[in-house]
Amino acid sequence: MSDATVQKEESMILQKKMLGDHYEKLSRAKAEGRKVVYTFVPGNLNELILAFDMLPVHPEVNALQSGMRKLSGDYIQEAEKLGHSEDVCTYVKCDIGMLKKGNLGPTGEPLPEPDLLLLSYTGCFTFMKWFELLKQEYNCPMVMLQVPYQGDGRITPSMRDYVARQLREIVVPALEQVSGKKLDEDRLSELLASSARAEDDLVKVWESAKHRPSPIDGYFGGVYYIGPIFTAFRGIPDCEGYYRALREEVEYRVAHGMGPTTPEGELRQQKYRIVAEGPPNWTSFREFWKIFYDEGVVMVASTYTKVGGLYDKGFRHDPRHPFDTLAEYCLGCYTNRNLPSRIDLIEQYINDYEADGFLFNSIKSCNSFSAGQLMMLRELEKRTGKAGAFIESDLVDPRYFSAANIKNRLESYFQMLEAKRLAA
Amino acid sequence: MSIRAIVEQCEDIYNDLDFGYVRDWKQRHGAKAMGFMPVYVPREVIHAAGMLPVGIMGGGDAMEIIRGDAYFQSYICHLPRSTVELGLAGKLACLDGMLFPAICDVIRNLSGMWQIMFPDRYVRYMDFPQSWVGPGRDFYRAELQELQHDLQQLSGVEVTPERLNRSIVLYNENRRALAELYDLRAEEPHRVPTSELYLLLRAGNVLEVTEHTAMLRAYLDAARQADRPLRDNVRVVVSGLFCEQPPLSMVRAMEGSGCYIVDDDWVLGARYQLGETPQSDDPLGALVEAYMKDTVQTSTRYVDDGHNGDFLVEQARRRNAEGVIFAAASFCDPALLDRPMGQRALTEAGIPFTAFTYSENTGQIQVIKEQAGTFADSIKLWGTV
Ligand code: SF4
Ligand code: SF4
Repeated sequence: MSDATVQKEESMILQKKMLGDHYEKLSRAKAEGRKVVYTFVPGNLNELILAFDMLPVHPEVNALQSGMRKLSGDYIQEAEKLGHSEDVCTYVKCDIGMLKKGNLGPTGEPLPEPDLLLLSYTGCFTFMKWFELLKQEYNCPMVMLQVPYQGDGRITPSMRDYVARQLREIVVPALEQVSGKKLDEDRLSELLASSARAEDDLVKVWESAKHRPSPIDGYFGGVYYIGPIFTAFRGIPDCEGYYRALREEVEYRVAHGMGPTTPEGELRQQKYRIVAEGPPNWTSFREFWKIFYDEGVVMVASTYTKVGGLYDKGFRHDPRHPFDTLAEYCLGCYTNRNLPSRIDLIEQYINDYEADGFLFNSIKSCNSFSAGQLMMLRELEKRTGKAGAFIESDLVDPRYFSAANIKNRLESYFQMLEAKRLAA
Repeated sequence: MSIRAIVEQCEDIYNDLDFGYVRDWKQRHGAKAMGFMPVYVPREVIHAAGMLPVGIMGGGDAMEIIRGDAYFQSYICHLPRSTVELGLAGKLACLDGMLFPAICDVIRNLSGMWQIMFPDRYVRYMDFPQSWVGPGRDFYRAELQELQHDLQQLSGVEVTPERLNRSIVLYNENRRALAELYDLRAEEPHRVPTSELYLLLRAGNVLEVTEHTAMLRAYLDAARQADRPLRDNVRVVVSGLFCEQPPLSMVRAMEGSGCYIVDDDWVLGARYQLGETPQSDDPLGALVEAYMKDTVQTSTRYVDDGHNGDFLVEQARRRNAEGVIFAAASFCDPALLDRPMGQRALTEAGIPFTAFTYSENTGQIQVIKEQAGTFADSIKLWGTV
């Protein structure tokens, strides 16, 4: 076994262990009297939840795992049988279907019921309806944190105040009531300080893709890299350890001129560098990825990996101002930015990462991402002179992943990139 | 004025995608006009700034979509593409700005597209509180203050408390007239055909508020006198149409299928607020209070108590409806995500319902008519479906 393989495996092993421990804790939660909070990924309040010693469950993560485990199709149909429309977000239907079929988590054991529905979310209205639907299923309190949208592409003092005040006046009292504990602000600050350290390392990982060859895949690989920091672990030493290990692995690969690891080994020959916009498809994740690495495509940056924070643009959780920093965090996530800011960001990625082109994976489920993407594509082509690919699929509904169509379209796109390159 | 003359006038406004009335109004008053997307914006503030608020509800079924489809994938509702079409065809050039209220991700993203498409025009995304306590109140007030400030700049008219109070009074009067119209239709549905009511509402998107109120009053007077036959129709509430609007032909088809529509949620912004805003020394504060305490429950808003659907049940009971028709724009997440909750509440209350989707340019009028007709027949025969 080469050094590189050993290095690669360490972060993966760490992540796997963290997840295993988390599900284990969840399975014991009720017996041990630990409180469980259901909450969403984008703009999540993990440090605050952990400060109350509560355990988070993320319904979108359940849905994407169901997608990867090929269970989502049945779950979605179950929800549709119950009267949910074919037209709406499949994450919601996958979650409702899973709930109706016993709410089995990835370990095969049922997930514990929530003691609190913490409706903190950013960048999408569907989250609000999703928890209204869950509220009808569970006999527990629900509390909301509303995060205003950056309609003008900026965070105003009034927006920040609104979020921070809700945290202080509404969310914290609700957490105190359910947990039976008072908020320990020092503890919260410690957790936030740890988050910032992990964030520093993650940014180094993202930026490593500026190298040639890129040592990471910032989209297909990136979705693994965001796992700990977007979910139950941001703020704890394990999470810091994971990102330290990951950064070291990536530095090793840079030093040795190595590419990222794909399911079929290292991607050595990197023909095209692409920036990705939109979530991936989970039901055929590997098949989807293969279309790219088979052609020597490396994804050098992506926007989906920024839905839980744009750390590469400078944001860090600040332990000195816990509520303001949480407010800033929630307000700054990718889908909470207006369309012109999203275009600016992708343009910067294309330039900073010296990309040859960009990909839009337009997700049927997700108006938050998708509405307006065609215009974004045209604007980016105009501004950068680079060509974009536009494909359509879904997150977890296998009915909307047409491998042949997607492959055809991408193959023509890669041919076009090749032609452009030859002409240049 | 006769019913026929009023309805014809409204139909002309409904069909006029060039917004001739707006152009004319601006010229007559030497003033500006501010467009807004569904559902709700505080029109009082626009009015007090001396501007004409103009509700934009897409292009309906008369607009040929040439460029709009190139902006949206097939799985996104129709309203934004026809709105883009209107914009690109220059039909909205009479608007000096556009407000995009927070109702869903599509309208939200459209606000950013508008900023790019019309860089020289005023564009504002307006957020609303979903939190019904202290911080929400202050946040909304700040939003209104910013809006007021921007509109003053744009129009050059200062929004004094007197001006705002005056606008509040005018919109109260308009809401009162609309409430009377809805009450009359619920009590004596044969006197107020829904297609006429719908046209009256649509006219309110465009007409200056005092003109619209006068029109409503004239219609009410005429409708109360009118000799129209009472049919053996089934009384239904229609729900889910708060944003993308049905074409007039669909409204007529539903009406012709044996249903009396006794309540609905189309053009909801005009009836978003239930009661009246009091006049006060702090009229902006009064608007905030009215929004926080006295507005409808609809899909674009958060219901925190697990009882989403109760509002619909109450509405059906209050209007003595025998059933509910869920009609939502295809791909409308807010309406369609709410629907199972509404259906659950209706089932518990023993109120029958049916559901379909449409688009503003739907060609499925016959299918919709048949579905509504079957629903009405089964209620008539068995009291249920
Ligand atoms: S619409 Fe998109 S962002 Fe919203 S819940 Fe669904 S997948 Fe997530
Ligand atoms: S019809 Fe529904 S999804 Fe479309 S813009 Fe309106 S509220 Fe949004």
